[in-house]
Amino acid sequence: MTALVIRGGHLIDPAAGVDGLKDILLKDGRVAEIAAPGKLKQANGAEVLDATGLMVAPGLIDMHVHLREPGQGYKETIASGTAAAAAGGFTAVAAMPNTVPVNDSAEITRWMLAPERGAAIRVFPIAAATRGSKGEAINDYAALKSAGAVAVTDDGHPILKDNIMRETLAAAARVGLTVIQHAEDTRLTQGASMNLGPMSFKLGLRGMPAEAESGMVERDIRLVTELRDARAHLHVAHTSTAAALAAVRQARRSGLRVTCEVAPHHFLLTDEHVGFYDTHYKMNPPLRSAADRDAMIEGILDGVVDAIATDHAPHAVHEKEVEFENAPNGITGLETALGLSLRWLHKEWKMPLGRVLSLLSAQPAALLGLKGRGTLTVGSFADVVVFDPKAEWTYRARETKSKSRNTPFDGWAMQGKVRWTISEGKVAYTGKVS
Amino acid sequence: MISHAAPTRRPIHPPPVDASPFPYHPGSLLSASDLSLEDVSHLLVRATALENQDPLVRDRILAKRRVALLFYESSTRTRTSFELAAKGLGADTTLVSSLSSSIEKGESLKDTGLTLRALGAEAIILRHNSSGAPWLLEAETRLPVLNAGDGMHEHPTQALLDLRTILAHLKPGTHTVSAETLAGVTVTIVGDILHSRVARSNMLLLPRLGARVLLCGPRELLPELAAKAGPGIAIERDFDAALRQSQAVMMLRIQAERLAGLQLDLEQYKAAFQLTGPRLAAQAPTAIVLHPGPIIRGLEITAGVADGPQSVILEQVKNGVAIRMAVVERALTATGTGGRA
Repeated sequence: MTALVIRGGHLIDPAAGVDGLKDILLKDGRVAEIAAPGKLKQANGAEVLDATGLMVAPGLIDMHVHLREPGQGYKETIASGTAAAAAGGFTAVAAMPNTVPVNDSAEITRWMLAPERGAAIRVFPIAAATRGSKGEAINDYAALKSAGAVAVTDDGHPILKDNIMRETLAAAARVGLTVIQHAEDTRLTQGASMNLGPMSFKLGLRGMPAEAESGMVERDIRLVTELRDARAHLHVAHTSTAAALAAVRQARRSGLRVTCEVAPHHFLLTDEHVGFYDTHYKMNPPLRSAADRDAMIEGILDGVVDAIATDHAPHAVHEKEVEFENAPNGITGLETALGLSLRWLHKEWKMPLGRVLSLLSAQPAALLGLKGRGTLTVGSFADVVVFDPKAEWTYRARETKSKSRNTPFDGWAMQGKVRWTISEGKVAYTGKVS
Repeated sequence: MISHAAPTRRPIHPPPVDASPFPYHPGSLLSASDLSLEDVSHLLVRATALENQDPLVRDRILAKRRVALLFYESSTRTRTSFELAAKGLGADTTLVSSLSSSIEKGESLKDTGLTLRALGAEAIILRHNSSGAPWLLEAETRLPVLNAGDGMHEHPTQALLDLRTILAHLKPGTHTVSAETLAGVTVTIVGDILHSRVARSNMLLLPRLGARVLLCGPRELLPELAAKAGPGIAIERDFDAALRQSQAVMMLRIQAERLAGLQLDLEQYKAAFQLTGPRLAAQAPTAIVLHPGPIIRGLEITAGVADGPQSVILEQVKNGVAIRMAVVERALTATGTGGRA
């Protein structure tokens, strides 16, 4: 079988506590050996990647992406979305179920996982929590899990009814699945297309109050508290408000299994960036106030945030070239997550590199229960990203591997350039040498 | 150990965004804030000059130039006065309205704009139900775009005609304006501020001339954050108290079509905010009364006040034609890189 040696690189694996020069042998899709430079014992005949001067880390894992298949291949396909992921250093993505039709069955989950989809890296489907994501009838979680689903959610269609959400949390806990909630009380956000605040008033747009998010998080935490004995796990998707993050912080202090993720745009941008109705700044949850944005940064730095997830949400050009109110929510993010995280969290705000990488690999792997991923120890999957941590570059949306280019980060400075992305021992992406 | 209230580090902020994503066509008028005080002065001077000019001479200014009126919402005053203004300068006008065009068949604003441009339109006057639509139309067509009202956002020519009306009464003889022109003047805007593009444009324009703008209305229609929309703006919820301080009072219609399920007790509303003859006589016997129309007699304003001696509502309509002549002339004759202040 194929064997690959990554030679001369600096291995950083926060989960294993490794941070130093190592050679690493990948064989049959797994990590076969790790040794001091030049000391590999079984490397004969293997193809060699020279990683001198580069960082070698567990492949990144994005627990929140929209790959649009089945049903919306004009926005993205599993092949194009995973190609963009590989270019961004990701070796695994968790695909949200708001496809057409909704992924609420073992059949669709298996269809997504079929080799014919042409995935460049690992896809882990997240199945719908309720039938058709309508928030009424719970799906068969045991069947979904055995088909390959790693969590359940009605992302984009939050489960409003208390009894259905309680039932979802309890049923998911019984089979060991995490419930991911897009926290939005949609009764408070009718017709709204951005954050409620001075900017929405100025622009004459209806606003989503922060309470629509935090109120739903608080309700969900109450339900998790009731189900404490069942060890229900609630994961708050794309947290965007200070109040919601405070609720998560409090729940954690109470020992509940409540976790959360934050997207790069929510720790970098505010509602001021909407500017003159630029639909590349329209997503849900919306860009919030500067105080909320600062709270996201704080939460990441102090550790209450468990993962960075992109909420990669591709849309065709013509769909975004419309009136702000009529534009669909979402931006792409797979190719910019590492560059932005290193540029801002690491370089600007001095977060140690290992902790940044952990938020992008080991921690999401743990949240989704992905065994053997998010770390590089002998026997774990050969999911690796090799990157130049010092390289500064400019992101160009027109060069994207995604089918869509709806990003607010076109032209932004990035730090850290991916040289190779290796998925289960195979090179999935090779970056240009800068 | 995670502390509950983490100490706030001051993050270094990411690069700020440009005030405008693209250079406007210098003839465009999208927002009242696009206009410098020099621009405003120029428009006021031109409005008067054009109004006084011999119509047979005036209609050579834009002879056979093509102006499209693109209306996604119904309108009487704005549409007619823009049309008369363009025609008064000799331009050919064509009206495209959402109910009798391919817009009904699902054609996008971008495609409609590109089609009008291909048909020879040199400027587009846009009324649209979505806030921000003029920015999209300008970005896609790069033609001069005149915002004739976008959703709940702005209606800049209304602010200009309101200004012309206010000046005529409170500062007669004023031709050009400065940051002190309206010093000491309080203008109260009353009613459905939340959904009003007229209010937003006036809030952006009048304080820059030194006026104080008081906003008055119930919480549902006037959120507290409206006071943060710019300098020189304050909220006074007591209508009588606001009136006592005002030299001009601008009444607004409740925009039933934009209430989005909001329930209002109209009797309560009238008791608190209706402008009646006795109220006006008691609190502001010399103030002028403005209304952008359409007026709903017996709701925000009584018939007696609307038709009374303090009302300048029909003067506003008349001023609309003069101001729009100046704005249309600017749209088709502007050169340079100007536009935004």
